[in-house]
Amino acid sequence: MTDTMEAPARRAAVEDEGASPRRFRLPHLSHRRGDLIAALFFVAPATLGLAVFLVWPTLRGIYFSFTDYNVFTPAQWVGLDNYVRMVQDPEFWHSMWVTVQYVLVNIGVQTVLAVLLAVLMHRLTRSVFVRSVMLTPFLVSNVVVGLVWLWILDYQLGIGNKFLEWIGIGRVFFWGDDKLVIPTLALITVWKFLGYTALLIFAGLQTIPEQLYEAGRLDGASEGRMFRSITLPLLRPYLAMVVILSIIGSFQVFDLVSVTTGGGPVNASQVIQMEIYKAAFGRFEFGYASAMSVALMLVLLVITFLQYRLSRAGSSDLA
Amino acid sequence: MATLTTPAPEAQVKDVRRRRRPSLGKIAGWAVLISLIVVTIFPFYWMLRTALSTNAALFTDTSSLGPVGFSWEGFRRALGLATVEESLADGGSGASLNLVQNLINSVIVATTVTVVQTLASAMAAYAFTRLQWRGRDTLFKIFIVGLMVPLIFTLIPNFVLMRELGLIDTLAGIALPTLFISPFAVFFLRQFFMGISVEIEEAAQIDGAGRLRRMFQVILPQAAPALITLAIITYIAAWNDYLWPLMVSNSESSRVLTVALGVFRSQATDGTMDWAGLMAATLIAALPMLLLFLVFAKRIVNNIGFNGIK
Repeated sequence: MTDTMEAPARRAAVEDEGASPRRFRLPHLSHRRGDLIAALFFVAPATLGLAVFLVWPTLRGIYFSFTDYNVFTPAQWVGLDNYVRMVQDPEFWHSMWVTVQYVLVNIGVQTVLAVLLAVLMHRLTRSVFVRSVMLTPFLVSNVVVGLVWLWILDYQLGIGNKFLEWIGIGRVFFWGDDKLVIPTLALITVWKFLGYTALLIFAGLQTIPEQLYEAGRLDGASEGRMFRSITLPLLRPYLAMVVILSIIGSFQVFDLVSVTTGGGPVNASQVIQMEIYKAAFGRFEFGYASAMSVALMLVLLVITFLQYRLSRAGSSDLA
Repeated sequence: MATLTTPAPEAQVKDVRRRRRPSLGKIAGWAVLISLIVVTIFPFYWMLRTALSTNAALFTDTSSLGPVGFSWEGFRRALGLATVEESLADGGSGASLNLVQNLINSVIVATTVTVVQTLASAMAAYAFTRLQWRGRDTLFKIFIVGLMVPLIFTLIPNFVLMRELGLIDTLAGIALPTLFISPFAVFFLRQFFMGISVEIEEAAQIDGAGRLRRMFQVILPQAAPALITLAIITYIAAWNDYLWPLMVSNSESSRVLTVALGVFRSQATDGTMDWAGLMAATLIAALPMLLLFLVFAKRIVNNIGFNGIK
């Protein structure tokens, strides 16, 4: 590693020596044409990657959405056909609705619990150990998370159902009940992301000056009162950011659903990304899948735009 | 002495009350915190417990907290060390799982992506902060716009591209789309490079160091904390990725761990799930990330915040 890093550096050093005499100012302080060539060299890999694997596919994906395309034969331009079909397709709307339900349950529960956890980590113990433990689920893949909970919540053999039986609630058909499957998936997501979200909020909490709490304590304010009057108002901009980041992430849910229910029972957990995947790789309707992808992207872009607005508002709020 | 330091009786009472009142709340707080910790850790323990059990025992004893019918067979099946007969005898589906190959594939993809992407991003970030050239701000704006495109949108067109390049079912096809580019990494490193003082680099330049040398020997060592954090995040993301490798790979030769787990799960119909083998396999898939975390926990935990790590 050191060798490969040093070799070009040494060569460039030699070249640089030959090409230009020593200067006593940094290039960026004195405009000169020589920088352009060096700069092109430095940005080339990332820019090429951006162009080929991000910009070009984005444009192409939009193009595909106006075509009939099955990958094996060239795409046929069909104008707005895919979009017309999409708005009339009950399956598309169903999957959007299922995704929204998943997002709402996930974000609602996750935010409340994460604020609670962050406040506990802030007011009770600043232990790195506790924060690390809470972050652990965030580090393993959605696939692993899905399979473990598939097992824990198994109707016959799962320890989770055994526990529910033991405390008197009785077994719950988590994976087979079309009313329960989306909340189940959402709560598993909460389990995975709780520690991470709490850490983001914790970082926000750390920006609140300690003196405010000291002053509050001197005035005899309770923890609850201080939470309502100091913590929550000052945390608001951070909270808004965290919520929006989580919303964007959870709209794209796929892995967890794919390894647990596969969209079932029937299509009760058919989230939008699952619908797109099945259209493309199950029915080879890449054009139609692209149209649904564009719809999802538009939803995400609107939310990203909101986030952008909020993050600017947030920073000026705290300044 | 006692008379001098003991506060007036009323003050003492007040003091005790004030100290006791939050302690009740504290107990409740700790109770909540500890239960959250237990719920967080338990599934990991349960993975291990199940992996060390036999399927036959798992069917009859669903609630013992320790492994039932203790056995390493789950791990042997997951690593492809057990024969089909052994696997069937032990309640496995008989489906073969070759996690060693998948593990190697995952290591190759995640390592390549992490090294190349971090390097390419650092180079770009250097050009965006330390060099003055025409078009710099325009190009950076394009990177920022790239940051807004949900990666998920690029998957289908990128699949088509990989197909055209003949890279379907290869590790190269899995690595390529994220190999050179993460707008986020460029953005993140640019922010960090901007905070590094110009003086040392100036001194290096006076000593005759060229741009590459300045980047590698002056800027990168100072940016080491940011680079390491970024590399860890990239590695974890590459390791855990599922949907893209699922699209690209369709045989054992290019199957990474996450996809192999999904395939293993789908091979079993619900009644005959090889839970011991499956949990052993998930544990093997999760272990490298857990070990990585064990080493870097403090750095990761302290770096998650609004400085841009997402």
